[in-house]
Amino acid sequence: MPPITTGRVVKTSLFYLLVLAIVAFAVFPFYYAILSSLKTSSQLFDIDYFPVRWNFGNYVGVFRDNPFATNLWNSLLVAVVTVMVSLFLGVTAAYALARIRFRGRGLLLMTILGVSMFPQIAVLSGMYQLVRALGLYNHLGALVLSYMIFTLPFTVWVLTTFMRELPKELEEAAILDGASPWVIVTRVFMPLMGPAIVTTGLLAFIAAWNEFLFALTFTLTNNERTVPVGIATMSGASAHELPWGNIMAASVIVTLPLVLLVLVFQRRIVSGLTAGAVKG
Amino acid sequence: MADRLSRNRTRTAWLFLTPMLVVLALVAAWPLLRTIWLGLTDANLLHLDDSKWVGLDNYTGKGGLLHDKVWWSAVRNTLWFTLLTVSIETVLGTVIALVLTRTFPGRALVRAAVLIPWAIPTVVSAKMWSWMLNDQFGIVNDLLLKVGLIDGPKAWTADPGLLMTSVVLVDVWKTTPFMALLVLAALQMLPKECYEAAQIDGVHPVKVFFKVTLPLIRPAVMVAVIFRALDAIRIFDLIYVLIGSRESTMTMSIYARQQLIEFQQVGYGSAASTLLFFIVALLTIVYVLVGRVKLGSD
Amino acid sequence: MAVAKLVSEAPVAISLVGVGKHYGKTKVLDDINLEIRAQEFCVFVGPSGCGKSTLLRMIAGLESITTGGLFIDGKKMNDVEPSKRGIAMVFQSYALYPHMNVYDNMAFGLKLAKTSRGEADQRIREAARMLEIEPLLHRLPKELSGGQRQRVAIGRAITRHAKIFLFDEPLSNLDAALRVSMRSELARLHKKLATTMVYVTHDQVEAMTMADRLVVLHAGRIEQVGPPLEVYHRPRTQFAAGFLGAPRMNFLRGEVTAAGSAGVTIKLGDGTSVTVPVSPEGIVTGARVTLGVRPEHLRLAAGTGEHQATVQLVEDLGDHAIVHLETPAAEGRLLAKVETSPAEEGATATYELPPEHCHVFDSTERALTRLA
Repeated sequence: MPPITTGRVVKTSLFYLLVLAIVAFAVFPFYYAILSSLKTSSQLFDIDYFPVRWNFGNYVGVFRDNPFATNLWNSLLVAVVTVMVSLFLGVTAAYALARIRFRGRGLLLMTILGVSMFPQIAVLSGMYQLVRALGLYNHLGALVLSYMIFTLPFTVWVLTTFMRELPKELEEAAILDGASPWVIVTRVFMPLMGPAIVTTGLLAFIAAWNEFLFALTFTLTNNERTVPVGIATMSGASAHELPWGNIMAASVIVTLPLVLLVLVFQRRIVSGLTAGAVKG
Repeated sequence: MADRLSRNRTRTAWLFLTPMLVVLALVAAWPLLRTIWLGLTDANLLHLDDSKWVGLDNYTGKGGLLHDKVWWSAVRNTLWFTLLTVSIETVLGTVIALVLTRTFPGRALVRAAVLIPWAIPTVVSAKMWSWMLNDQFGIVNDLLLKVGLIDGPKAWTADPGLLMTSVVLVDVWKTTPFMALLVLAALQMLPKECYEAAQIDGVHPVKVFFKVTLPLIRPAVMVAVIFRALDAIRIFDLIYVLIGSRESTMTMSIYARQQLIEFQQVGYGSAASTLLFFIVALLTIVYVLVGRVKLGSD
Repeated sequence: MAVAKLVSEAPVAISLVGVGKHYGKTKVLDDINLEIRAQEFCVFVGPSGCGKSTLLRMIAGLESITTGGLFIDGKKMNDVEPSKRGIAMVFQSYALYPHMNVYDNMAFGLKLAKTSRGEADQRIREAARMLEIEPLLHRLPKELSGGQRQRVAIGRAITRHAKIFLFDEPLSNLDAALRVSMRSELARLHKKLATTMVYVTHDQVEAMTMADRLVVLHAGRIEQVGPPLEVYHRPRTQFAAGFLGAPRMNFLRGEVTAAGSAGVTIKLGDGTSVTVPVSPEGIVTGARVTLGVRPEHLRLAAGTGEHQATVQLVEDLGDHAIVHLETPAAEGRLLAKVETSPAEEGATATYELPPEHCHVFDSTERALTRLA
């Protein structure tokens, strides 16, 4: 190890200062949101940097004054169903794209990836008409359906990449055992694809949970709204006074489980994101 | 000359592909085509069924997009926003990634902390920052006043001159983690021998970065930059929730939605959406072609 | 090309008629005609890339057949699904399902064939007993050694009660000692199960010791078919001659000086001649031929004589020695296999070219038939 000189001490301290600055920048808004959510409406007018008093009134208020519980339930339902449908469609498509050689395979994969480049607004009017035609307006089914446009591309891509790596002889042994393609996918491949399924499931969940524009456009009544729309439209007693305490409480409630999910699964998420971009 | 076995395989492939393709056609292909078609009509949200064909009027006509000042300012805003956010995020992301390549106690925690902005839903981030940027009770104004960087509270989400700054700030906060991760992945794939050789040669670390590291990670970083840029051009959620449909931060997506929903000009709004789509598609194709050419020449 | 037949009158299990495989212009296998008899242990042997694995996989149904017909038990099988051909296969990498234990690995195929639980259990236990893997039934593949995994793979094939077993280089991933013991195991298994076995390997020791009949393949074509010793002592092509036997057969180039009813006289590069009792059919004086003689047949002695050479290197392996000789008769080195080297490195030695052990190959690399 090189000798400890004043130069090194300065460099190391600067480094840790930088680390501190990065962490502070990243975490402060969330920290401040927690702080603000623990204040009463009168206390909100005071600006504090550290917790001085704790009051959980907002957490009660957010559920009492808004259909927030319904929003949470809707978001959860939509996210879970979206994940399940994406995985089903993704796994079946991945089998074809990863294990069978056919004409146009490469082009098809590229096209599917290309769909992830669509601006949401470009499909909005068409989707709106489709949703109405299917009778899904103001129904959570509209969201599950429309979310496919951004979950399918990366789900198919990641699952295909992963399935490609599975040994050919394993599939051949299964064929000789008399397994149909469906059996191969469900009983031989899927048990081996745990990591990929978790990764794509997580990313799809986060994307569905996060989505705003379609949720705003295709739902009308409070009962059908999801969390992002619910938070965005939270209004207070008067027209111009936003219930910041409630909004912050809602933000914290929504963010905490996500933050935990991300912390626990950070490796998976990172590999999923980088696999998509770096390989692209 | 495929025999029955390989023909069976191909049939199985298409069978397995069909569910996903049907959904994708329903959700992506058809709506896109519909939007393009609607852009060629004078459709209105209130009476969608009696729309008339107007050809390219929405684009080139007297009241068309190409003559619309607001549209062009939306285009300018979008490009300016993209340029600012992507460059800042790339630089900051690289700095963070470099920090994360060094082993130090608590590194895992720092990495997790850095991921937090990415994990928070966009709408929630917008609200959190809205609160922090509040002109009367916002902590940002308070902090800046205390430090002496400003002399009076600023209306970050209302003052037209400051809107772009606010939006860029929040987007940078939210998306830098993503860029940092991508750059980090690129850095971690580098062969260690380069660094060791440089260390033995006694080259200054900053020089090592610019002359060795940067050129090596450039391909991966460029991919990340393109992805981010394509994302930034399409941005909607953040700006809508933070600012709304104010003109000085209006991006093309916001413009299109305003036409579609608020002004109920479905035909005109669809034309704007179509233009946005083609711009993104063009950039994607250009990038793919340039990428192919580069790979070909290697 | 004549279809090779075995002397015994066992029924034909597998028949390949004019079978070929090509991708566009590339021919992987060409004009394969072969009959494999029931209960025979038939080995496909050849260098890598010769098409032996592809041929095996075509029999299995894992590769498509471009031309010709595959018949199993007399029925055409070109378009029949692999699982319905009555075959079982053991892969080089064992291909065990990693997430299933040994029992479930062996039960998988039976379950898919809707075999009753009782019957399946009986078959599995029977196979496990035969292969001595009963104590491993509840372990996962990753907890097993290479040899154990190989047994499970074989066990999986046995439970299918197939009449034909296909082996794709099953011992390549095992270490040398294990390979020797598994060889005898497989031979024992073959006797016990009395099924047809088609075995692919690039290892000629496995081929020589295990096969009832060898099929030597080279660049997509059959070079020779026959019992191992027949192929060894009576190679029909230069390739087959050079492929079996270690060290490889020596090849000397020469020119025909006489061809008659007594045989063919060949003049070698050092001026010496040898007359070999082979048929002179199609041979004219002046024709260029190749003389082949195995290292163990080159009787070496010290000193000078008719065929002379300088000893370049002696590799003493304890029970025998390989002597590298340099002589103008051969372009490369001549290798002799002797018990002990009669001469030291650098010294002169003489070798014999015993006509009864010499092989002659014409310019198309075909062996001239032996007389009488």
